[in-house]
Amino acid sequence: MDALEIARWQFGITTVYHFMMVPLTIGLGLVVAVIQTLWYRTGKVEYLRMTKFWGKLFLINFIMGVATGIVQEFQFGMAWSEYSRFVGDIFGAPLALEALLAFFVESTFLGLWIFGWKQLKRGVHLACLWIAVIGSLFSAYFIIVANSWMQHPVGIQMVNGRPVMTDAWAVFTNNTALVAVPHTLFGALGVAGAFLLGIAWYHLWRRRHDGIDTVGADGRAIPGEANIPGRDKADYKVWINSLRIGAVVAMISFAGTAFTGDLQGKLMFEQQPMKMAAAEAACHDGTGFSVLSVGNVGSKNCNDIVAVIEVPGILSFLAKGDFSTEVKGVNSLLDEYKAKYGTHLPNDPLYGDRAGQEIQYVPVMEVTYWGFRMMIGFGGIAAFAALLALWVTRRGAVPQSRWIMRLAVFGILAPFGANAAGWIFTEMGRQPFVVAPNPDASGIDQVFMFTAAAVSPGVSAGELITSLVVLASIYAVLLVVEVRLLVKYARGGVASAMPELAEARHGEKNEKKDDGGTPGAPGQPGDSDDVLAFAY
Amino acid sequence: MQLLPTVWFIAIAVLWTGYLFLEGFDLGVGMLMKLFARNNTDRRVLLNTIGPVWDGNEVWLLTAAGATFAAFPLWYASLFSALYLPLLLVLVALIFRAVAFEYRGKVDTARWRTIWDWAIAIGSFTAAFGIGAALALTTTGLPLNANGDRQGGPFAWFSGYAVLGGFAVVAFALVHALAFLALKTDGEVRHRARRLFVRFSPVALLPLLGWMVAVQLLSGKTWTWLLVIAGVLAAAAAWVLARKGAEGRAFGALGAFLVCATASIFGAAFPVVIPSTLDPAFNLTISNAASSAYTLGLMSIVAAVGLPLVIAYQAWTYWVFRQRVSAAHIPAAHGFLPAIAAKVLIGHAAPSGPDAKHARHNARE
Ligand code: HDD
Ligand code: HEM
Ligand code: HEM
Repeated sequence: MDALEIARWQFGITTVYHFMMVPLTIGLGLVVAVIQTLWYRTGKVEYLRMTKFWGKLFLINFIMGVATGIVQEFQFGMAWSEYSRFVGDIFGAPLALEALLAFFVESTFLGLWIFGWKQLKRGVHLACLWIAVIGSLFSAYFIIVANSWMQHPVGIQMVNGRPVMTDAWAVFTNNTALVAVPHTLFGALGVAGAFLLGIAWYHLWRRRHDGIDTVGADGRAIPGEANIPGRDKADYKVWINSLRIGAVVAMISFAGTAFTGDLQGKLMFEQQPMKMAAAEAACHDGTGFSVLSVGNVGSKNCNDIVAVIEVPGILSFLAKGDFSTEVKGVNSLLDEYKAKYGTHLPNDPLYGDRAGQEIQYVPVMEVTYWGFRMMIGFGGIAAFAALLALWVTRRGAVPQSRWIMRLAVFGILAPFGANAAGWIFTEMGRQPFVVAPNPDASGIDQVFMFTAAAVSPGVSAGELITSLVVLASIYAVLLVVEVRLLVKYARGGVASAMPELAEARHGEKNEKKDDGGTPGAPGQPGDSDDVLAFAY
Repeated sequence: MQLLPTVWFIAIAVLWTGYLFLEGFDLGVGMLMKLFARNNTDRRVLLNTIGPVWDGNEVWLLTAAGATFAAFPLWYASLFSALYLPLLLVLVALIFRAVAFEYRGKVDTARWRTIWDWAIAIGSFTAAFGIGAALALTTTGLPLNANGDRQGGPFAWFSGYAVLGGFAVVAFALVHALAFLALKTDGEVRHRARRLFVRFSPVALLPLLGWMVAVQLLSGKTWTWLLVIAGVLAAAAAWVLARKGAEGRAFGALGAFLVCATASIFGAAFPVVIPSTLDPAFNLTISNAASSAYTLGLMSIVAAVGLPLVIAYQAWTYWVFRQRVSAAHIPAAHGFLPAIAAKVLIGHAAPSGPDAKHARHNARE
């Protein structure tokens, strides 16, 4: 492998990994903020417990998003210095603004939220969480503005071979970003929804399994109590509420991604027609969307690919909003691209060994074809499962089947898969460009950069392979640690996030009166205690 | 247009100063987890002094890097790619350190805590050293060619300046952390920190002073030499004040020393952002490395609004958590309370029944 390929693997691995943590942070953050607001307004004990429990899992995950995000910030300069030089005038700004306007807000106010349970007034404490969560939405917005500019360069002029920003408004309201941001946010909600649903299902199942809850003759759940900290009737409410919130969030998420994804498809048809054709693995022009194709999808020879199930008109609908527009296939696009952007890479030392080689305009079709279908498929499965779950639990009890419980827990992975697949499709479908040229009139057509020219010329393949191996192994180890901690605390239930429940059990009164959050009420032994338990 | 690049050069110097001032003490506290803390209670006192703020401090680094990318893309690209391996080490250190803060208390066994304590201590040391080295090299020079790419292989950046800068930041962070602990803690930790500060600061600030002087010798100006002198006076004041027990003012004087240090270093380097050791014609300067006036103007407006805001709410955080932390406030570690009788993946094997669980909870530590 040469430097370029290693650098691409490294970027792909580290970014996909970062984007495992990110959607959970965004989605769960929003959900916890809503739950804490419910607690603030109703004062119900179950909402306090939900805030603490989901908040704890949120923090275990959040820190990994921070740790892996730092790598993202540095690696443009480290591994992609030519790219950074080329795009710096535009691309640097959203990155800097993300740090200045989003990361500061998130990290500072989250610190206040974690440690401020006692120091801050209840309303201020809640506001801190909301501010942190809104910070994470801004962070998503800014980074996607940067990414969207790579998909659809706008607001610039070429000066001495480099794009120079001339219209910041155009960059920050890039239509590509305006649809990608809500799409990604809905995708993140999907992750949170499945997360709540799966874990809550497990606990409801567990309570039945342990004989705490029973089911009456009418099929309704009868919550019970066990002599274990946190396993009382309020605990039942924690899980049934979480399950319902999770299921609804998962369904909203899918509706949202489908709606915004449709808009994205239409933009892609105009802005990156080759990506659209590759998503369909369609060599010839047509209108049908294939649900399943056989043959060697990666092949560049169209006759190898046979659509087994094809729904006529759907492709046109995705691209144009009607059922008859012919969507251009790879073959006709290839000629257009060759005419516009050349047949061979320039003979420039920046291209390294690839200088002068023929340009491969067709992205890897296995990836684009299946990436697209996995994104939609996993998202759809999760939403359908959420609907089923709501139906099955309408009387407040989950079935006793261990297998269904396992399915619900493993279902947590589906939206993660959808998110990863979506990004891999987006980023690899853009190849061979790192900054994609836009044939439509809204973009500036002759601004583009081949990925082959983007990698750092001064960095050796040896250095890149070192970093790839080091980062990948650390990430692998940390993934194991994170997942195990999440499993441990998820299984531990509310008491694992609220050890004060053990004390409350003797007095019973504690929890309701004190609500764990009244400021300036020191004196009880457990007081500073639970703050720290929550934090560390 | 020289005005905007100059403004942004200053802005980046300010961001680095903010970073070294704020993360300086939390990196130092991280190293002190092994060098200073005597037992687990001490360590938790140390952790609690920086717990609410360290992540916010670290964002100063991200902002410094991001602002460099936006304002001087060529500086960002050349510096980060030239220092590929050392920055990789910094990243690894920062990853482990961040994760360690959060995960250390998640399993209640001595072995688990020891692992993460080392991660915090070594991570803090490595990050401080690497960032010090990188900053020293951007002010003293790297073997860059006409395109700004490093020549001479993965280790061509190595020089005595890198080592000097590395030690400068490590040693500064250590005494800065001692001054911070004297200010933020109470009881035995507070007094020991102050004593150690008085004993070690005269030596520990020398490498940073060495770096200041080295840059002056390469490209100093009269006013930056004056800043070096002002820095020495501020350091002396910090020492005297700490001896007298004026912890707050000592911490402030040490901060003044840091400001003099970065101002004298960046001021001397100005207008060069990375000197090329191969040929001065290849130097990256504020004019040939900068973004367009339009981008810089846009960034200036946002920064003029955003940065004061950041400083204001970060200051508020320090106010909210102004109370001194002491061993008396540190409760026993929380046992983990599994609510169900299931096998737990990390940490304790699950106790057998509800009563056993509760008994364990009471008996912990
Ligand atoms: C849970 C996650 C999830 C779900 C269920 C969907 N997506 Fe998606 N999709 C993403 C998560 C995602 C993503 C990870 O967020 C991407 C990657 C880049 C982006 O902007 O969003 C994405 C990208 C993306 C793109 C590429 C945009 C580009 O390359 O510029 C298109 C056309 C769609 N999506 C379309 C859809 C449609 C029609 C869906 C469903 C019915 C759908 N997505 C469901
Ligand atoms: C967070 C979700 C993202 C994921 C999962 C993702 C995924 C990927 C993948 C898989 C690649 C490798 C492509 C290949 O092998 O050809 C890649 C490349 C790249 N992506 Fe992304 N990306 C994400 C977001 C971003 C964002 C937000 C940016 C910019 C701000 C970005 C910039 C790049 C760059 C510079 C490359 C390297 C050049 C290339 O190979 O195309 N990515 N990304
Ligand atoms: C390649 C592009 C990316 C870069 C350079 C990047 C950079 C970073 C950095 C530096 C952090 C840590 C911040 C901290 O210390 O507090 C972080 C975390 C995070 N990023 Fe990314 N990121 C990228 C991709 C994405 C994408 C595509 C999204 C959203 C859709 C996203 C959203 C977030 C969020 C919500 C966090 C949570 C933690 C936090 O902000 O503190 N990032 N990212």
